[in-house]
Amino acid sequence: MPAAQSSDLTAPSRGLQRHRSLWMDVWLAFRNHTGALVGAGVFIAISLAVALGPLIHTVDPHYLDILAKNEGPSLKHPMGTDNLGRDTLAQVLAGGRISLAVGFTAMMIALVLGTLVGVLAGYFRQIDGLLMRLTDMFLALPLLPLLLVVIMLFRDSLRAAFGPETGIFLLVVFIIGITSWMQTARIVRGDVLALREREFVTAARSIGTRRRRIITRHILPNVLSPIMVSATLGIANAIITESALSFLGLGFPPDFPTWGRLLFDGANFISVTPERVLWPGLAISLTVLSVNYIGDGLRDALDPRLRGA
Amino acid sequence: MIGKCAITLAIAALAVAMLSTTALAERGRDGQLKILYWQAVSTVNPYLSGGTKDIEAASLVLEPLARYDETGTMTPALAADIPTVENGGVAADLMSITWPLRQDIVWSDGTPFTAADVVFSAEYCLNEEMGCNPLSSFTDVTKVEALDDHTVRINFGVAKPFPYGPFVGSTSPILQKAQFETCTGAKAQTCTEQNFRPIGTGPFKVDEFRANDVIIFSANENYREPDKPAFATVTFKGGGDATSAARAVLSTGEFDYAWNLQIEPEVLEQMVANGKGQVVAGFGTMVERLVVNQTNNSPDLSKDKRSLHLDGTNPHPFLSDPAVSRALSLAIDRQILVDFGYGAAGQATCNVLPAPPVYASNANDACMTQNIEEANRILDEAGWLPGDDGVRERDGVRLSILYQTSTNSVRQGTQALIKQMWGQIGVETELRNIDAAVFFGGDPASPDTYMKFYADIQMYTNNFDGVDPEAYMANWRCSEIPGPENQWLGGNIARACNAEYDALAAEMAVTASLDERAAIGKRMNDIIVQNQYVIPLIWRARVSAHANTLKGVRVNPWDSELWNIADWHR
Repeated sequence: MPAAQSSDLTAPSRGLQRHRSLWMDVWLAFRNHTGALVGAGVFIAISLAVALGPLIHTVDPHYLDILAKNEGPSLKHPMGTDNLGRDTLAQVLAGGRISLAVGFTAMMIALVLGTLVGVLAGYFRQIDGLLMRLTDMFLALPLLPLLLVVIMLFRDSLRAAFGPETGIFLLVVFIIGITSWMQTARIVRGDVLALREREFVTAARSIGTRRRRIITRHILPNVLSPIMVSATLGIANAIITESALSFLGLGFPPDFPTWGRLLFDGANFISVTPERVLWPGLAISLTVLSVNYIGDGLRDALDPRLRGA
Repeated sequence: MIGKCAITLAIAALAVAMLSTTALAERGRDGQLKILYWQAVSTVNPYLSGGTKDIEAASLVLEPLARYDETGTMTPALAADIPTVENGGVAADLMSITWPLRQDIVWSDGTPFTAADVVFSAEYCLNEEMGCNPLSSFTDVTKVEALDDHTVRINFGVAKPFPYGPFVGSTSPILQKAQFETCTGAKAQTCTEQNFRPIGTGPFKVDEFRANDVIIFSANENYREPDKPAFATVTFKGGGDATSAARAVLSTGEFDYAWNLQIEPEVLEQMVANGKGQVVAGFGTMVERLVVNQTNNSPDLSKDKRSLHLDGTNPHPFLSDPAVSRALSLAIDRQILVDFGYGAAGQATCNVLPAPPVYASNANDACMTQNIEEANRILDEAGWLPGDDGVRERDGVRLSILYQTSTNSVRQGTQALIKQMWGQIGVETELRNIDAAVFFGGDPASPDTYMKFYADIQMYTNNFDGVDPEAYMANWRCSEIPGPENQWLGGNIARACNAEYDALAAEMAVTASLDERAAIGKRMNDIIVQNQYVIPLIWRARVSAHANTLKGVRVNPWDSELWNIADWHR
């Protein structure tokens, strides 16, 4: 993603005869942020584990071995088994794929929507009122009844079109995305409102730059830091919302592991087999924490004043 | 929390002070009793609610003429005796029953209990504008009349071999005429004072009622036995879930009694190991079952066809083939399900009518042992052959099942186990769980209720109150198939229509001899099970937990669990 934008963004710096690109600067600043580096390391490690782990630990996460139920950690089952004899490690790995995919995709939807609405509302005064009232309306919508209606209306048709798992994935991702863009929109709008009165924007306007160019070249790069921060928070939020949905029976089928569902299922067994709660809980916490640290580091690195450039 | 405790203590102190002045030294000697129902109580009037939690909370205050004890035997409560044909209480033509009432009963406000209250209670429920919940107990009642102040006769429009419907068991207790007189018909729902604080004859009276939260009861100083109840106050708290309720009694000891604990056995065992309390179980008529949809429920069908019987013109594409549903039943190892989710609180069963013992059929016991080879053979013979992905199919129809139930960890585990068992006979299963409030909610607009049954197979528990299965078994008649014409309220959830069954149901309604009724009941059970309209899985006990310090609990699967709370003590 950065590669695509960097050629565009480095164009003006070349004119100033600078020997470092913007993204180089950002990387150098990011590198000095220890928390962010550790966070990035952990996040990459978790992503690799859930992507490649099932190739190494080849136990089927759905297979029930009722004779081996509630087992503690062993070589065969490194994280033990649940009360149906399913392998916890295999479930955590399989669940991580879903949880991360849901988190990332839902975050992207929320981000695109939120940024679009925020920039449009901040830059074009005529539609500001309308868009902000729309945002308020979404903020005021009670989430749960809305979910019930959406699931009721679309579950069967999506299930028929894409199968139970992909269909529900699309539905869950869409629902989380559509109900979590509002904060981003508000923050972005506030920043855009301040930016559009700044001298460099006025200057750009005075030499006849088109509005689309002003937005993409001058406004967007400057609101990147709040967007990045809400993106990281969005991933965390989406993972947690998905687990709440699964718990209410609105999410994936019950035998389809996600981190949130594993945690909920394991909660009653905390005194029998604590591993069942420990590992998915740790995975959710570490992912959310590491993503937050990455966001923190990115914000510092993207802010020219803090970067000291 | 502190405020709540302070109020409770203040009330307890007040009650103790009051009792000491009335010179009843024994009553209230054991102080406070704390009961936890994880479904909170919303009304104390059982005529307005079908919820077990509401009926059981009300049973502390309101009493019926007779109740069932823990063995299922009828015992008099407000009645002086149980009328039978032998003692002349039930008319020889079975058209009426005459109840003699106890003469020493007073309401908690001190006024005497008379036959007028019984007559009023019947009129209250039979009022058509009222939406009386236990109306089925009053089926065929034509008139309830007071012969004198302490004798009541209930007349029926037809011969009633089992005339103990009205006012037997905690679902239809006696209300005080003086209190409810102004509150009948359409107004019944709006009388909060009456519905939240009914005056009763039971061992306790309501002091404070907070809907969906907590009820505080105190001992009824006019209760007929001077040394009872042993507790001065009862705090009846609602909310939470089954696991946290069990923990509150067994692990932390915050509460004395918790109800309806459907929890994995190993979790319960771990809690019992703390030594603070014990688990009690009583086997009644609860059966966890798979209901097999006999109608086509494809989402491609329009709303006026999907899962509707339409006089048999809309059969299920494969579950209406008896070979398939027989194989499904044979492939299940019920003992594994019991060991996984129920332990001592469940037994494998092949009957939808497992009790009372005279009604329990043993014609279906073959299903107790899993037999994968036999199931596979049946499917092969019927022409269902494995396709490329291992899923059996015939004429382009795949054996792919959508299997739904309510959200509960034991049920989801059971679903997963059954899915794997069916996988071994080449049947593909998709699981779905629905929040219990929606699934059992009965909203006719929701597609996710168990009555709408927009799935191939669904799992839940059902049972009946009391010991007579006539009304319960009548649920599987053709006329009971749910559909828009009856707001999906029919009890024949499987949507099966069997003429022989209907004839047996009609025969049972006019048969008086217990032996003949038992024979008919067994035959009806066998029809349901052998045609696989319902696949019974587990005979479930009522499971509750109580503190070790609480004595006198006799768990009762036939009536309110709190039926003998007057005898509880420390």
